[in-house]
Amino acid sequence: MADPALVHLTVNGQPLQVPAGTLLIEACKQHGIEVPSFCYYPNLSLQAACRMCLVEIEKMPKLQTACTVVVSEGMVVNSDSETVHRARKSAIEFILTNHPLDCPVCDAGGECELQDMTFKYGAEQGRFVEPKRHREEQQWSPVVYFDRPRCILCYRCVRACGEGMDVWALGVANRGINATIIPSHQDHLECEECGNCIDICPVGALTSGAYRYQTRPWEMQHVGAICTFCGDGCKTTLGVRNGEILRGDNRDKSGINGDFLCIKGRYGLDFTRHPERLKQPLARRDGELQPVSWGYALETAAKRWREIQKAQGAIGVIGSTRILNEEAYTLQKFARQVLGTPHLDHHRTADFPALFDALAGRGAESLARLDDLKTAPAVLLVGGDPTPQHPLTAWNLRWGYRQHKTRLYVLNSGDIKLRRQAYRYAQVASLAAAVRYLNGEGEAQSAPLTGVAEPSEKRWPQTPAAEVARLDEGLQDFRARLRQEQDVIIVFSGDIAGDSVRDLVAFGNSLSGQTRYLALADNANARGAADMGLYPDLLPGYVPVAAGQAGLNLEQMLAALPRQGLASLYVVGANPFRSHPVAAGDLKQTFLVVQDLFLTETARQADLVFPALCAYEKAGTVTNTGGQVQPQRRGGGCEGAKSDLEILHRLAAAMGEAAWGAADPDRTLQEIRAQVKGYDLPLAKLLAGEAPLALPLNGRVPRAAADLPLRPHHDTLFTAGTLGRYSATLNSVMEGRADKR
Amino acid sequence: MSPFSPQLEARFRELMQRYPARRSALVPMLLYAQDELGWLTPAAVQRIAELLAETELAVREVIGYYSMLRTEPTGKYHVQVCTNISCLLRGGDELYAHCERRLGVGHKQTAADGVFSLEEVECIGACSWAPAVQVNYDFHQELTVEQLDKILDAYAARARGERTDS
Ligand code: SF4
Ligand code: SF4
Ligand code: SF4
Ligand code: FES
Ligand code: FES
Repeated sequence: MADPALVHLTVNGQPLQVPAGTLLIEACKQHGIEVPSFCYYPNLSLQAACRMCLVEIEKMPKLQTACTVVVSEGMVVNSDSETVHRARKSAIEFILTNHPLDCPVCDAGGECELQDMTFKYGAEQGRFVEPKRHREEQQWSPVVYFDRPRCILCYRCVRACGEGMDVWALGVANRGINATIIPSHQDHLECEECGNCIDICPVGALTSGAYRYQTRPWEMQHVGAICTFCGDGCKTTLGVRNGEILRGDNRDKSGINGDFLCIKGRYGLDFTRHPERLKQPLARRDGELQPVSWGYALETAAKRWREIQKAQGAIGVIGSTRILNEEAYTLQKFARQVLGTPHLDHHRTADFPALFDALAGRGAESLARLDDLKTAPAVLLVGGDPTPQHPLTAWNLRWGYRQHKTRLYVLNSGDIKLRRQAYRYAQVASLAAAVRYLNGEGEAQSAPLTGVAEPSEKRWPQTPAAEVARLDEGLQDFRARLRQEQDVIIVFSGDIAGDSVRDLVAFGNSLSGQTRYLALADNANARGAADMGLYPDLLPGYVPVAAGQAGLNLEQMLAALPRQGLASLYVVGANPFRSHPVAAGDLKQTFLVVQDLFLTETARQADLVFPALCAYEKAGTVTNTGGQVQPQRRGGGCEGAKSDLEILHRLAAAMGEAAWGAADPDRTLQEIRAQVKGYDLPLAKLLAGEAPLALPLNGRVPRAAADLPLRPHHDTLFTAGTLGRYSATLNSVMEGRADKR
Repeated sequence: MSPFSPQLEARFRELMQRYPARRSALVPMLLYAQDELGWLTPAAVQRIAELLAETELAVREVIGYYSMLRTEPTGKYHVQVCTNISCLLRGGDELYAHCERRLGVGHKQTAADGVFSLEEVECIGACSWAPAVQVNYDFHQELTVEQLDKILDAYAARARGERTDS
């Protein structure tokens, strides 16, 4: 059946059909007809500045910019005529009049759109013989440099920073030949330092402080890895030369993050070469941690644990929210089967068990992916501050606001930046009480508004003024309006837990249409740690342990230390002593084994330290906070350190578990797919990076005997738990200085 | 703290009401601010951005676009010599060269005593009476070098506080 909303046109004699409203340049692209462009960028406002996309359209007297023309029925287009070719040549000749053509030393050489276009469409010679104007390069921040002569004034950076990031830190000064891009503070930038302007720059005008003049694109291998910082799961393409990770960027845009990376995903990865990286096992001898061999360290751990088992001492295990799924799964297996202990936990930052309990009996339709936020008609955001803590989530929310007029309802105890996109904003003293009220219990007064948000100054002319008029009618109006919405996505952070999550789901389920949920947890594999059963009372896939078999949770384990209640504590990729300082005397009777990248507060007190590889140095899978599972690929290495998976397998072998064999992430993944509820994912999709959704919905999840309070990190854009401290770049940007703790 | 007089602040408030989008008041605000302060000081940029709830960057973008908006101080008398086509044909470039010699400064420069500054400008809309020179808001037309000298003498005298008849 012919879709009435389809428009028919002809391009170069080829008949095309595209949805009404499509831009001509997109129509051509969809059908494999290339129309070159510089200033056009999908999903940013139109600019029509470069004239590269000119095409001939019948009945129109002059050449037209394909990036601004909307297709119409019967349109006849020629993008391949002599006139068009000449126009392109002139456009390039014009752009090159003051372009330095320093490709051999330019950072963008080899991945420059201007270079490619000149090669393909340009003339061999320009007619301008006047001297070019040189300007010195400018450093705008530790991560952003500007080379003015190379700029072709496409304004992509200006739009990406303003429309995409809602930062508005780049602008254009002057006019005509003097026009130039300028940073927010005259000679420097104060911004979110995301570097998206650099990625989007088609030439080498904006360059990255971390990468510039280090190497050439063709000298690197490009490895699609998943960012190891927040829980959103962006793909960051690692540029690796001789085993060293030189940069992370987003040039192929194939991840769930599309065009986006925040400063952590792009620049934070320099922690991998921090001088304090652990490269040898350490053992405490004469009160000091001293380097020892792997063999000695593994033997020591195995021997002590066997002794403790014999003496029936308690062993606690604290796992990581950054290790891979295969490692988390193996860690719980190691704890339960090899160490034989139920005392297992991880640092929890979102209440997944409560969510899945509340969603018992439902399916995939009730879970939202991060991407769904880009098109949602309405979103309710409870707690958290996505802009710094979940930058991709915030990017997607802004996207929805911009492209689909998403109505964003924010319920928060503070004042967060997303207020600028909020349709209704309620600032409340108690989130739990406010959620209870939404769910129809109690009075609005029980959750008093602590402040009333002024309507923010909207930068988007397309937002109807009426919709942003008043934000101060209070919670009653907030609830009334939400009740009129359909197909709401409810996003909530670790600022609510337990019964509040259940209340929230009950409220969501009372709304019309299909309500979907998204819980925001800190750290790259927080969700994986939860799904893989790093809980004292839940096995992988949220299967409850047998009644009465639950072990101690994280806080109980730490509380047991001063009472000499644990004979051993094994901490894998976590730093619990940072928030719970432990006196040396408290550990006298506890054999503390720590496995990490750095000598953290926890590792410093250990009896035995195993040096571990980071996420960018090993292969496996990770699950983002929305449950999308993605492959992690090995970029660099770190001589002397081993992956957590390998360490676990070696420890098992040392403890006499012959059946465990050598570490093999693929085999473990098979086991996860077979054993863990919701992880029976199609391997082809998984490996192709399609980020399939894990569905650990498993019926009721019993409330833990001792519900553990969540402890969200409340990271800023420039901090990332303990790991962020080891990134020189995160520490160098001036905006982050106040964040250092 | 506003760098502007209370009268100007009041005028801004009134201006901002006049347009459907507040930011449309930006260009007139900049002009009036420059008239009062002589140039657009950082404090002026900051205050105008604040009034319009725009970033300072957005204000600077607009200032940069218009050559008549200045972010540097000028002399007490800002001499703008037109060298566009009509004036050029009738000796505008000689007037400009003469100013450079007499004032000892070049394009967009201010003499050391702060009395005069010089700028070579594009058509100021006085082509019928070319060559034309604009000093602050005053036009002087159909000039010869001698006439221009007299005019500049008069401004110099005014700056010294002398009464003149011209
Ligand atoms: S780094 Fe990000 S926030 Fe800063 S100017 Fe570039 S795009 Fe804007
Ligand atoms: S700096 Fe790059 S992205 Fe920005 S206008 Fe210039 S060429 Fe375009
Ligand atoms: S948003 Fe999160 S996952 Fe994405 S780059 Fe930033 S820290 Fe990494
Ligand atoms: S892409 Fe159409 S004018 Fe630049
Ligand atoms: S050309 Fe000088 S005033 Fe018009």
